Amino acid sequence: MWLPSWATDRLHRKPDCPADRPVVTIEEVAGRLLIQAADALAGAEGIRPGFALADARALRPDLAVFPADPAGDATALARLADWCSRYTPLVALDGGDGLWLDITGCAHLFGGEKALMSDLRHRLAGFGHDSRIAVADSPGAAWAAARFREAGQTVVEPGAIRESLAPLPVAALRLPSVMTAELERLGLRRIGDLYSVARAALARRFGMLPGERLDQALGRIAEPLSPRLPPPAFVVRQILAEPILHAEGLAAVLQRLLPRLCRELAEAGQGARRLELGCYRVDGRLAKLAVGTSRPSRDDAALIRLFAEKLERIDPGFGIEAMTLAAPQVEPLADLQLALARGRHGTARGTARGTTWGTARGTTGGTAGQAADLAPLIDRLGNRLGFARLARAEPRESHFPERAVKRMPAGFPAAAAKPAAAKPPGALPLRLFPRPEPVTAEAAGEGDPPASFLWRARRHQIRTAEGPARIEPEWWLGESGGPRDYWRLEDEAGLRFWLFGQSGSWYLHGLFA
Amino acid sequence: MPTEPKIAHLAALRALISRQAPGQTALPPCPLGLPALDAALEGGLPRGCLQEVIPGDEGAAAAGFTAFLLGRLVKEGAGAGRGVLWASLGEGDLYPPALAGYGLDPGEVILLSAPSPAELLWAMEEALRSPALAGVVGEVDRLDLTAGRRLQLAAAAGGGVGFLLLRADRPAAAVSAAALRWRVRAGPDRTWHVELLRRRGGRPGRWILEREDETDRLLVASELGDGSAAPQARLSGG
Repeated sequence: MWLPSWATDRLHRKPDCPADRPVVTIEEVAGRLLIQAADALAGAEGIRPGFALADARALRPDLAVFPADPAGDATALARLADWCSRYTPLVALDGGDGLWLDITGCAHLFGGEKALMSDLRHRLAGFGHDSRIAVADSPGAAWAAARFREAGQTVVEPGAIRESLAPLPVAALRLPSVMTAELERLGLRRIGDLYSVARAALARRFGMLPGERLDQALGRIAEPLSPRLPPPAFVVRQILAEPILHAEGLAAVLQRLLPRLCRELAEAGQGARRLELGCYRVDGRLAKLAVGTSRPSRDDAALIRLFAEKLERIDPGFGIEAMTLAAPQVEPLADLQLALARGRHGTARGTARGTTWGTARGTTGGTAGQAADLAPLIDRLGNRLGFARLARAEPRESHFPERAVKRMPAGFPAAAAKPAAAKPPGALPLRLFPRPEPVTAEAAGEGDPPASFLWRARRHQIRTAEGPARIEPEWWLGESGGPRDYWRLEDEAGLRFWLFGQSGSWYLHGLFA
Repeated sequence: MPTEPKIAHLAALRALISRQAPGQTALPPCPLGLPALDAALEGGLPRGCLQEVIPGDEGAAAAGFTAFLLGRLVKEGAGAGRGVLWASLGEGDLYPPALAGYGLDPGEVILLSAPSPAELLWAMEEALRSPALAGVVGEVDRLDLTAGRRLQLAAAAGGGVGFLLLRADRPAAAVSAAALRWRVRAGPDRTWHVELLRRRGGRPGRWILEREDETDRLLVASELGDGSAAPQARLSGG
């Protein structure tokens, strides 16, 4: 697919762009102002990219000139590429003014290749973009046909690639311009002229590239596209007859898409960890919505709840005309697990997932019924607040109390049942400040606990003190500073503090309950 | 003093009134293992409700008492819910390993770092609606009547207990949607001074809790009644 006037078409959509005068964009090359892109009107006057602006002005004094915006053009093209994934997940960028769509196995969904092309061209025209599209068995042949056939849309029939390429200029082989000029100088103007040239001779003079490009165009060797977005293995799509404008409509379509996706997942024995809903707007934008799950799932009822409140965030613009639902991230999920998970609401007690959340550990007596599942809650919280904000504490080896615990993602079962020795209350501080707070303390002498200290503008007179317990710095972690001497202090009111002295200064690190 | 049958009759009437919807069975209270408190609470800590815990000092006694109540709720979990969620603004300064001392597995407590007070309350409400949780703690800077009502309704639906743990001792509003309001401060020699400031349909009370030196069990050292400071006979239990 080629967008011959991509840059100027974009300009034409802007309100300050004159409709009745030729439009060009310019860029500065080696101190000269050259035309970067010219619209159809300018093209009719013979103004082409690469012209000097002064020459073009001589042809048309009323030329409307805009600065080139290659970055903006590229961004817009990428956005268009995303939108094109309504036709196929495999969309690749082709330079600054073209796209490759691998429609293998997709065309029938749109009524065949011709119908798909017409639909795409029609929609692009609706966005204000002139386009030339070709369908062929190889990317190279499609590229050549789109750019060098005058027709707006071309189908290169299978088996007809050779004849169809023959009359096209060698420039259609995507060779560097120097090489093209050299070939033309030798009289090899058309691709057909190359058919009879011995490969060895061609390679001697031009290297491997012309032969390789020719083979790629003819489909003799494969040319893999590099899709802009990795295609998800599991994707379902729905084309809508009437554009949808409201979240309720989206929910209804989602309700149709989810069971289909879940069926595909079930057949593959997979569960989704991440789902992406793509909403294709009539104005050529793609609105995306993603939800994550803490554990693989293909329970459509549970998954739809995750989307429920987010659907409001999708801006339908002037309507949404197609939707895709993909599972870009999946993990194996056996039927057995699922059956057990569902069975828990029946007669089974929470033995099915002994390692997971909510399942009772050390059930007391026979009072505990079925354990309710925590996963739906974690998914709801995580999708709104971010899964990084949910954690479980995992003990770690470290001398320093602040490093002896690590925050692990919630929702994953604990690594292994590590029954931590139940420490009596009060043995560890319940509050531990992430950054120890400096306090002004008065110690009787070296190695003595403070007799009193000032914290948050209040003086605490110490009644009892236990300590010190020395913690050496973990030098292998690059820890600097001297050792910490920890004291457990109780003031006259009964407040219990965890204070440490380090190199002559005192810090409050935690509070005991 | 009302006679025994009268008290029983009153309790039955109260249970009838507090029943929110016909057909909904009242959740059994959670025994705290502290006879004086259990008696004052008519069986134990009520479930399916919102409770406020106000610190009486700048220490961690109120958080410790909350952790103690959570531990009891998890241990005596009558229904399905045994999970615990502790939500704070940002990372907070709760030190999870210390929860082990209250019968909670630190690895099983969900720690939530909320980005804003509003999101914290939203998360609490969601968590309270889940039947999987026995208790949900939210560390807040102030109490909000509307938010409290929402949390109370969510807790009644989910069956767990929501604790609004205030970050500092502030004069709390007289009106509250919470079923209970506690005020806790530290006392000398590892004791907690626990006040039940208000209880819907019940009387307030004051107790001093202390830890038994050898077993570290929590005991009621003295019951101070509802306002009078005269210590009564030393009660012990556990």
